Amino acid sequence: METNIDEKEVKLTAKDFKSDRDVRWCPGCGDYSILAQVQRTFPNIGYKKEDIVWVSGIGCSSRFPYYMDTYGFHGIHGRAPAIATGLKVARPELSVWVATGDGDLMSIGGNHFIHTCRKNIDIKIVMFNNQIYGLTKGQYSPTSEKGKITKSTPFGSVDYPFNPASLALGAEASFVARSIDREPKHMQEMIMRAAEHKGTAFIEIYQNCNIFNDGAFTTLTDKETKADSVITLENKKPMIFGKDNNKGIIIEGFNPVVVDLNDGKHSVDDLLVHEETDESPIRSFILAHMTDHPGMPTPIGVFKQITKPTYDGGVAKQIKNVTEKKGEGTLKDLLYTPNTWEVS
Amino acid sequence: MAQEKEKEVEVQSLTAVTVRFAGDSGDGMQLTGTQFSDTTAIVGNDLSTLPDYPAEIRAPAGTLYGVSGFQLHFSSSDIHTPGDSPDVLVAMNPAALKINLKEIKKNATIIVNTDAFDKKNLNTAGYEANPLEDNSLEGFKVIEVPITTLTTNALKDSPLSPKEVVRCKNFFALGMMYWLYNRPMEPTLDWIKQKFKNLPDVADANEKALKAGYYFGDATQQFTTRYTVEPAELPEGTYRNISGNEAVALGFVAASLKSKLPLFLGSYPITPASDILHFLSKYKNFGVKTYQAEDEIAGIASAIGASFGGSLAITTTSGPGLALKTEATGLAVMTELPIVIVDVQRGGPSTGLPTKTEQSDLLQAMYGRNGESPVCIVAATRPNDCFEMAFEASKLALKFMTPVILLTDGYIANGAEPWKLPKPEELEEIPVRFHTDKETFQPYGRDENLARPWAIPGTPGLEHRIGGLEKANITGDVNYSPENHQLMCELRAEKIEKMKKFIPDLEVDGDESGDLLVLGWGGTYGAIIEAINKSRAEGLKVSQAHLKYLNPMPANTEKVLKNFKKVLIPELNLGQLSKLVREKFLINVETLNKLQGLPFKSIEIQNKISEILGGKNGN
Repeated sequence: METNIDEKEVKLTAKDFKSDRDVRWCPGCGDYSILAQVQRTFPNIGYKKEDIVWVSGIGCSSRFPYYMDTYGFHGIHGRAPAIATGLKVARPELSVWVATGDGDLMSIGGNHFIHTCRKNIDIKIVMFNNQIYGLTKGQYSPTSEKGKITKSTPFGSVDYPFNPASLALGAEASFVARSIDREPKHMQEMIMRAAEHKGTAFIEIYQNCNIFNDGAFTTLTDKETKADSVITLENKKPMIFGKDNNKGIIIEGFNPVVVDLNDGKHSVDDLLVHEETDESPIRSFILAHMTDHPGMPTPIGVFKQITKPTYDGGVAKQIKNVTEKKGEGTLKDLLYTPNTWEVS
Repeated sequence: MAQEKEKEVEVQSLTAVTVRFAGDSGDGMQLTGTQFSDTTAIVGNDLSTLPDYPAEIRAPAGTLYGVSGFQLHFSSSDIHTPGDSPDVLVAMNPAALKINLKEIKKNATIIVNTDAFDKKNLNTAGYEANPLEDNSLEGFKVIEVPITTLTTNALKDSPLSPKEVVRCKNFFALGMMYWLYNRPMEPTLDWIKQKFKNLPDVADANEKALKAGYYFGDATQQFTTRYTVEPAELPEGTYRNISGNEAVALGFVAASLKSKLPLFLGSYPITPASDILHFLSKYKNFGVKTYQAEDEIAGIASAIGASFGGSLAITTTSGPGLALKTEATGLAVMTELPIVIVDVQRGGPSTGLPTKTEQSDLLQAMYGRNGESPVCIVAATRPNDCFEMAFEASKLALKFMTPVILLTDGYIANGAEPWKLPKPEELEEIPVRFHTDKETFQPYGRDENLARPWAIPGTPGLEHRIGGLEKANITGDVNYSPENHQLMCELRAEKIEKMKKFIPDLEVDGDESGDLLVLGWGGTYGAIIEAINKSRAEGLKVSQAHLKYLNPMPANTEKVLKNFKKVLIPELNLGQLSKLVREKFLINVETLNKLQGLPFKSIEIQNKISEILGGKNGN
């Protein structure tokens, strides 16, 4: 869909996107950072305030629309992608965003999520993943690690977590990315990239719940450990990480392996080069599953971005084509079809 | 070949006939019945149909549970039901005969396909002896026709496979019935040409089979009487034959044109409502957007999203689907957004009887949500009334910014009858005004009808947030205060009550007071009218009223009911309207409840009326 944006009119700042409501998340919650990065990015996404809508489900993350001075819809548990889909199909010219959490999207809303991805509805889904149920006060979530001890699993959970990026890729999402609440610049970049993408964009954001799951991502955010634990995906660049940029990733068989660039055996030329637009699912799945292997860093960045027609665009196109062929329907056309007869 | 002599044919004029086509679910009986109905409509008879088919698409051949039937009542006068008992049964196999024998009139004509009465089919149908040979059909007029053989002979030059050739036998049967009831073949020939335009061999075979059946009727000595049913004297106008589901679809498109709002349907396939989705998906050049969602919840959730965006948004379903839409319906109540939810009721609970009719979702529509969650409920009375009620439901939803549930049922949804088309200019406009003024905008401010303003995304300066949490009156902010919650619950209820000012009064047919009023709702209308007419013909004094607005009920309802000593409520459930009426007006009512997956026969209601008024039972 084309958007008719008069660049001169859109001179907004982060402040323009702050609603007059008090933010009611717990002090220290990672959600504050997400809100701030969205508000900083939104003046630049190319849409007027009135053309942006935030839709959410239920949970701490889903209070998000109240704090954005755009149109907003606080829906019911798990259904935000479906509500957003109806809105986007009805009004393709709008920029439609979903704020959701790991419980809202991966559990009760799982079905809507995968079908939104499959259909490539042009909406942006930002999932705050704190790996816990916060608003219901601390049960394990579908992204909690196996063995998690919570109020509902006092002896440890016995089920396996979803890998959200892998799930999105499996459902054929056309844009899949990940960021972390403590990486503001990176998160802003991911939000911008999602905004620019045509089609379903999924961003998973690791978000610390300092009340019920504090420190879940410490290794990824702590100054001492993060360089060796996180690898930032950059398109067309070899996969390098580590405190001294001394580590790289190569592929052996279908498995990623960390190599030491200073061991005299490996050079940058041996490393896997990231290709976001690779149509093959293999590369992005390897990245999404990298953390299955002990000692591997956690990737952040864009796992995959491919271009394909959107569902909402397809619907609009069919309507246009049929209307061009048959002419705009009138009430007379509707009722007085050829199979009528007269009684006089 | 024996010399054929010109046969003598007596032509007998009838005022009304009820025909039932029955066969295996793969025999094409629904198609045969629909074709016969469409042609009958075109020749000007009044008619009413009752398709009755199993939930299995192709049940094992020859089984009792695999029998598919299509009943059609046509007449030279005004009729209201598909007929209590068929005058003619076309039975394509032993199972179809066995299942329908108890339904048909004592002296009915039975046309059987003798080719299907082999040992295997007789066994499958549970016949120990061939009923065509053991005198068990005494009293009926049995016409034995080897339909399969005659069809195969007629198509001996067809390039189709033997199996495909046999499949054409329903057109042979149809042709025979066209001859018998003096109907033209042209409408069906045109239909075949159109339907199979890419399959010329199939078109050719079906055409030949139809004609072979017709000419067989003409030639055979078995048929000595031919029947005519004169056109009915219907009010002047242009007519088309229509099913309830199609009429619902047209009603919404009409409402979209008259409100100048784009129509959005979010729906998940479910029997018997899917046809509404099928029909609406054709109207692309009317700007209609149909979204086949991943589940029932997404069906309504997408409609709510589209409504937030300013569409006339609807969702269509049947009972189990309405259950799944419960929570989202509450969201539409809380956000005060207009949507129409169509429930084509079927037998329940749970999966129940997917292809059979019932009226057992009234209380679900009324109360099936958490919290105090009032919605408007309207119900259509007959296939052609579905147009008006879909239009009406849209109008009320838009005027009052509220969800409206439209109840139809499997019987009126699949049944068809002639419909006098409204003139396009006679349909009223549905005025809708989006709020655009920043100064006066309050998300939960209210107009004189208590409707809140509709401010849609894209409107500068009116950015606001709504959702499922309790809203502060006027401002729409999230608010948990005790006083506000009570006020809002009362306002939402009062808004629905205010609709009374805009819905028509309950009309009484017959005396305004007396011993007995028969009060119906929804799809039982036709059967009640016929029962009333017959009761009056027997000299009984009985009045009748029919509710199309269930919540709120018309303002004069209590007054109407209290003018009668007794009120009888016939309904296809265990007494759901009865419960509402007793609770609302503190009066007792007599009940007549049927839960057989089938509509009322008028005789069942007539007998109950007679029982109450001390008259004689009919039969």
